[in-house]
Amino acid sequence: MKAVRRFFSSFLLFELLRGMALTGRHLFARKITVQFPEEKTPQSVRFRGLHALRRYPNGEERCIACKLCEAVCPALAITIESELRDDGTRRTTRYDIDLSKCIFCGLCEESCPVDSIVETHIFEYHAEKRSELYYNKQQLLAIGDKYEAEIAAARAQDAKYR
Amino acid sequence: MMELSYWQNLFGWAWPGVWTLVRIVVLVVPLMLAVAYLTYAERKVIGYMQVRIGPNRVGFKGLLQPIADAVKLLMKEIIIPSGSNKFLFVLAPVLTIAPALAAWAVVPFSPQMVLANVDAGLLYIMAITSMGVYGVIIAGWASNSKYAFLGGLRSAAQIVSYEIAMGFALVGVLMAAHSLNLVDIVNAQHGGLLNWYWLPLFPMFLVYLIAGVAETNRAPFDVAEGESEIVAGFHVEYSGMAFAIFFLAEYANMILVATLTSILFLGGWYPLFDIAPFNWIPGIFWLLAKVAFVLFLFLWFRATFPRYRYDQIMRLGWKVFIPITLVWVVVVGAVMQTPLAFLVH
Repeated sequence: MKAVRRFFSSFLLFELLRGMALTGRHLFARKITVQFPEEKTPQSVRFRGLHALRRYPNGEERCIACKLCEAVCPALAITIESELRDDGTRRTTRYDIDLSKCIFCGLCEESCPVDSIVETHIFEYHAEKRSELYYNKQQLLAIGDKYEAEIAAARAQDAKYR
Repeated sequence: MMELSYWQNLFGWAWPGVWTLVRIVVLVVPLMLAVAYLTYAERKVIGYMQVRIGPNRVGFKGLLQPIADAVKLLMKEIIIPSGSNKFLFVLAPVLTIAPALAAWAVVPFSPQMVLANVDAGLLYIMAITSMGVYGVIIAGWASNSKYAFLGGLRSAAQIVSYEIAMGFALVGVLMAAHSLNLVDIVNAQHGGLLNWYWLPLFPMFLVYLIAGVAETNRAPFDVAEGESEIVAGFHVEYSGMAFAIFFLAEYANMILVATLTSILFLGGWYPLFDIAPFNWIPGIFWLLAKVAFVLFLFLWFRATFPRYRYDQIMRLGWKVFIPITLVWVVVVGAVMQTPLAFLVH
């Protein structure tokens, strides 16, 4: 009897029709596609995108060339050279990040004692040559200057969890 | 018709050739457009079934996407592998597309709209569609690539196996209609939904539909293409327009099988119900609607079913479909000898 029932259910394509009913229902389901340039998914304040070097409100650059980020970077993407400035403080003369090496782990930001190097919310950037993915100190400071408001707001929002 | 005779005089003895050529162009151009937009429909329908949107960037709602794809393929280089047999390599796409187009010669769109209303139309279709397998074998062999060769073998074995079941299904149709002429076969199904052959020949209808999917190497019988296993099967070495020709042939064959299913089992140009609001619509629109429905089924299958294992394909073809059709041929033959013969007409 069981064999007979099995014969008829497979012969009448019962299971196949059930599968088609499922996909048929999905034909009319609400589509979940996010149409990227016009629509965007929400972004976490912890998002780790393009890097930036920040300044204090008085315009002094935060980085003290402690090289913790350079040491912690697992991809060896950061290169720092430093000097003693005339006022007796230590500052970087060179701060390069090779974005083609960077794995966006965020350890540089975590290690920074003065919150200088940060990873911003920016992810829509591109380069047409590898060399254009090699960011130097001026470029990183310029990104920090341009997006300081957003960077500070994101850090403030996340502060109580840090 | 007066204008027609004007042209007739203009061309003189060349007229029959010119007139046939014109009719071929009138058939093939819409067919090629249908192929282009079938690819668009496929991407849209499968996208929607996977809760995606599908192409929507090129032109309004992505309607120019097939045109963009065609232009892209036209611009691309045709690479002929150095180890291949160049003559056969170039010949294979031609051998694939030619039967896919030639079969349309006997397909009737209405009692009058048919390129060649030959009496052995069904036989012609069977013969011509069988030729398509040569293109597949030669493409797989001439490429001199193990992947193309394996794909060609799989594809050829599959096409040959399912053709037998398909042939037996057609035997049922011709027994019921007492004719090999496609126009006569449709006319024998005169009337509404219940007069069509899908009902008395239901197992054959299913076998024909499924074997049609297998014949065109479509999912779930697409082991020849098997994009997750052997990349593209027999046409893995083809690029640019040579690849596009195989693509055109596959989709033209899909439309052909859908049209034949509509003609042989779904009453061709006869309306769904033979009553007032339905039979006002011209027959060709009914035929096109049925073809669209069968094509939608093909896309629906692809969105639903996982790929068959190769031995399962062979088992289904030889040990299920051929016995079913054979039994039903006997059943139809027996019923025709009884007073119940009107059931199968």
